[in-house]
Amino acid sequence: MSTTATSPVPGKPQPGKPQPDTQGATEKAPVLSAKPVTWKVPVLLTVLGVVAFIFFGVMGPNQTAKFGISSSGDFFQLPAIEVPAFLGGIILSVLMLGLAAYALYLKTRNEPSPGWVPVVFIVLFVAAFLIWVVGGARTPSISLAGLIAGSVTLAVPLVFGSLSGVLCERVGVVNIAIEGQLLGGAFTAAMVATLTKSPFIGLLAAAVAGAVVSMVLAVFSIKYLVNQIIVGVVLNVLVSGLTGFLFSTVMQADKARFNSPGRLPIIDIPVLSSIPVIGPILFKQSVVGYLMYIAVIVVWIGLFKTKWGLRVRAVGEHPQAADTMGIKVNATRFWNVTLGGAVAGIGGSFFTLVAIDSFTKEISGGRGFIALAALIFGRWNPIGAFFAALLFGFADNLQSIVTIIGTPVPSQFMAMLPYLVTVLAVAGLVGRSRPPAASGIPYVKG
Amino acid sequence: MVRVLKLELRGITKRFGSLVANDHIDVVVEPGQIHCLLGENGAGKSTLMNVLYGLYEPSEGEILVNGKAVTFRGPGDAMAAGIGMVHQHFMLVPVFTVAENVALGAETTKAGGFLNLDDTRRKIKEISDKYGFDVDPDALIEDLPVGVQQRVEIIKALVRDAKVLILDEPTAVLTPQDTDELLDIMRQLKSNGTSIVFISHKLREVKEVSDTITVIRRGKVVGTAHPGASTTELASMMVGRAVSLTLDKAPAKPQETTFQVKDVTVIAPTGQHVVDGISFDIARGEILAVAGVQGNGQTELAEAILGLQERCEGSILLDGEELVGRSVKEVLRAGVGFVPEDRTVDGLIGTFSIAENLVLDLYDQPPFAKGISMSPAKILENAKSRIGEFDVRTPSGSLAAGTLSGGNQQKVVMARELSRPLRLFIASQPTRGVDVGSIEFLHKRIVAERDQGTPVMIVSTELDEVIELADRIAVLYKGKLVGIVPAGTGRDVLGLMMAGLPPETAQADAAHAGTARASADTTGGQPARTSTSGAEGGDHD
Repeated sequence: MSTTATSPVPGKPQPGKPQPDTQGATEKAPVLSAKPVTWKVPVLLTVLGVVAFIFFGVMGPNQTAKFGISSSGDFFQLPAIEVPAFLGGIILSVLMLGLAAYALYLKTRNEPSPGWVPVVFIVLFVAAFLIWVVGGARTPSISLAGLIAGSVTLAVPLVFGSLSGVLCERVGVVNIAIEGQLLGGAFTAAMVATLTKSPFIGLLAAAVAGAVVSMVLAVFSIKYLVNQIIVGVVLNVLVSGLTGFLFSTVMQADKARFNSPGRLPIIDIPVLSSIPVIGPILFKQSVVGYLMYIAVIVVWIGLFKTKWGLRVRAVGEHPQAADTMGIKVNATRFWNVTLGGAVAGIGGSFFTLVAIDSFTKEISGGRGFIALAALIFGRWNPIGAFFAALLFGFADNLQSIVTIIGTPVPSQFMAMLPYLVTVLAVAGLVGRSRPPAASGIPYVKG
Repeated sequence: MVRVLKLELRGITKRFGSLVANDHIDVVVEPGQIHCLLGENGAGKSTLMNVLYGLYEPSEGEILVNGKAVTFRGPGDAMAAGIGMVHQHFMLVPVFTVAENVALGAETTKAGGFLNLDDTRRKIKEISDKYGFDVDPDALIEDLPVGVQQRVEIIKALVRDAKVLILDEPTAVLTPQDTDELLDIMRQLKSNGTSIVFISHKLREVKEVSDTITVIRRGKVVGTAHPGASTTELASMMVGRAVSLTLDKAPAKPQETTFQVKDVTVIAPTGQHVVDGISFDIARGEILAVAGVQGNGQTELAEAILGLQERCEGSILLDGEELVGRSVKEVLRAGVGFVPEDRTVDGLIGTFSIAENLVLDLYDQPPFAKGISMSPAKILENAKSRIGEFDVRTPSGSLAAGTLSGGNQQKVVMARELSRPLRLFIASQPTRGVDVGSIEFLHKRIVAERDQGTPVMIVSTELDEVIELADRIAVLYKGKLVGIVPAGTGRDVLGLMMAGLPPETAQADAAHAGTARASADTTGGQPARTSTSGAEGGDHD
């Protein structure tokens, strides 16, 4: 059979005539230019830019905002940054409007905005917001170092929660039960640490508790094919009820015997921890804090660089393909979900072993759901989820600090901040994000 | 490592509940042979192969590799025994690269479980060079054309040292050119000592490439055949009775043109122009077949006419009446009959009875409805006559439509759509997944509708069907109309048009290839200029 004309090899251009592209799924290439760029980013940036200009600029306060960078014990001292609030607001909001105009210009040329545009915009917006809030406060001065260090601290359970979500969703199981895993971990950590008088054993127990909650999710969703969302929601309610009941009947009855776990020590690495700003973040943490950094890196390397990760991702994207390649889909799912639960459990121990040294009802306070948002905002990537969790931790910390220094904004509005940031982040700025294709779909052979 | 492999299936039986998908099947695949399993959709070929590949456990029977009985607990065992499989729906992770897909499940690692993809890349290159596949190991699967994806699947099997390669309906998704290339690859693999189990229901391909043919019908082996057997012979074995493969259809007597499509563009939610400025018209008493590889805008075009596409620009005129912008109900009431491409999703409600499905379009009209109440007796009565008229094989019209076989379901859809007085009839993939016997019947009904003076539009990705039915053929490629050619245009010309070549270039190319081939093999292809539907007709499945 001649191949001279009947069978042009795809990929080898044949001069002198149109290249017959062999089929329809390659439609992408030629029509990509015809695909309109959405208005979402330019419009969102413009609206936020105008809001910033009016509130932070034109209506900005007249005081000078002061941001401390070094704390007194630091290795070397850096001077505090002092910004005239009104002028700072005007300059930053004009820069923001400039970025919005750039995005609009690109839109008119039907080009998408590059990724750095929204990122720079967010940084500018946050800076302008800070200047506005601090400049308008009764005592217009905050410690930037403290703000950031506090953000990281508040982000710890969120990071663990979203890593749990990454581990589960990457393998194709939606983990709505992060909240329950955090809460279960927090309760068990407090109880076991008190009974054994060792916070470290409490930490281990928290991981086991999270794993147990996760195993329930795994068994029902993988083996019995119950809807994963429903199992997750039910588990949250179940853990909340169970810990609440045990708290009021056992823990409250004898606090000294059951609910005084003691804290995990803060490990201060000499010299390094005295570096301004990053010192306390990286080198003055509890075991749980250090574990967080390790976990993020290990999960990322594991997912994207190892055999285990390749199989996990294959199971989450196309379980049938994995099955036909001899990978045990449901076993992989089961163990990954269990591992995810253990990670979330460790995150839960933060509440009772690091933040405060006792358990109270609903101590996780909905952070499991914020962690879920961080997972989506971070595009199912451990490092993305880490930074998303940091952003939410930042919003959380900012509202408490700002309330303390006394802003003109009612504290209720400030308390909304983390959730507002969550909604904006997930709905507006995620862009085209693609969850693992088989996430939420049970795998049945054949 | 064993160089060659003889594979035997002995008395394989697979039951799903009360359904017997495979009934004591014996097949012997000799080393270095292309062994074809021929059978209709639903005959049990794929089930048998899934048993062989370890995806299903057989209820009875045994598998022998080089004379030794083996048990496969999963695909891993089958692969270890030297069996590879290319599934009909590719088992590739779309967001992975070629190398990652090939590595999956047989990864080479460095210390600590870290992936060593360089090793996989090297293996891909080796195989790719050996067979001239031209596959880039770092390309993302979702960016690759279907034909190349299929090669990745073959590479996957070869990297795992497959001695027997199972190809499950490999040509279903390919253009005729891709199909020819695949057949070449199969011959090349065979000459390198790889046995191939080729599953197909397309007689032309089976005859061209097989060494041995085993025919399966209703889960049983009904016999073996020689590739030299005539197509009619093979078809009769496959169906279990004599079938006529060529449709006796009188030449069209086109009357006045009543249906016109002008500059129609359909924009998908993604912003893509899935149908891009298409214009054509159909006369009364004429069949226009819209050909093209799946996914080139045919589905959207048909849906746009019915009013199912949200963003449709241009003009669609039926007897001078504008259809663009009208609701589906209005379009149906204007006299458009529509057979959707996926009957189980869009054509029928599986849990409703056959009788109810037969009046889905007229349930609120007399005589089936009176005011707000329906008349079940009338509906059943209607069902009885339609079932008789369309030869739907069912004991009763009150059974759920989902219990019918594919062919009978399609007859129900067709019966419903043809039971109204029509001014336009559109059928998408009218015989997809339908047994050969029903195909014959459905084709006759379509031609009968044409002969009553209805303009008919057929959308089909099966070239055989297009050639069989069409009075004129419109070829779509990437949403654009490549050209409209008369019936009797050669298969190779159509194939090239389906790959995007304009008709003139396609004619010239096909003629050139035809001459080249004819000089090598006098009984081979026909030059396009002289080929007629009759000459090509003998090869239909």
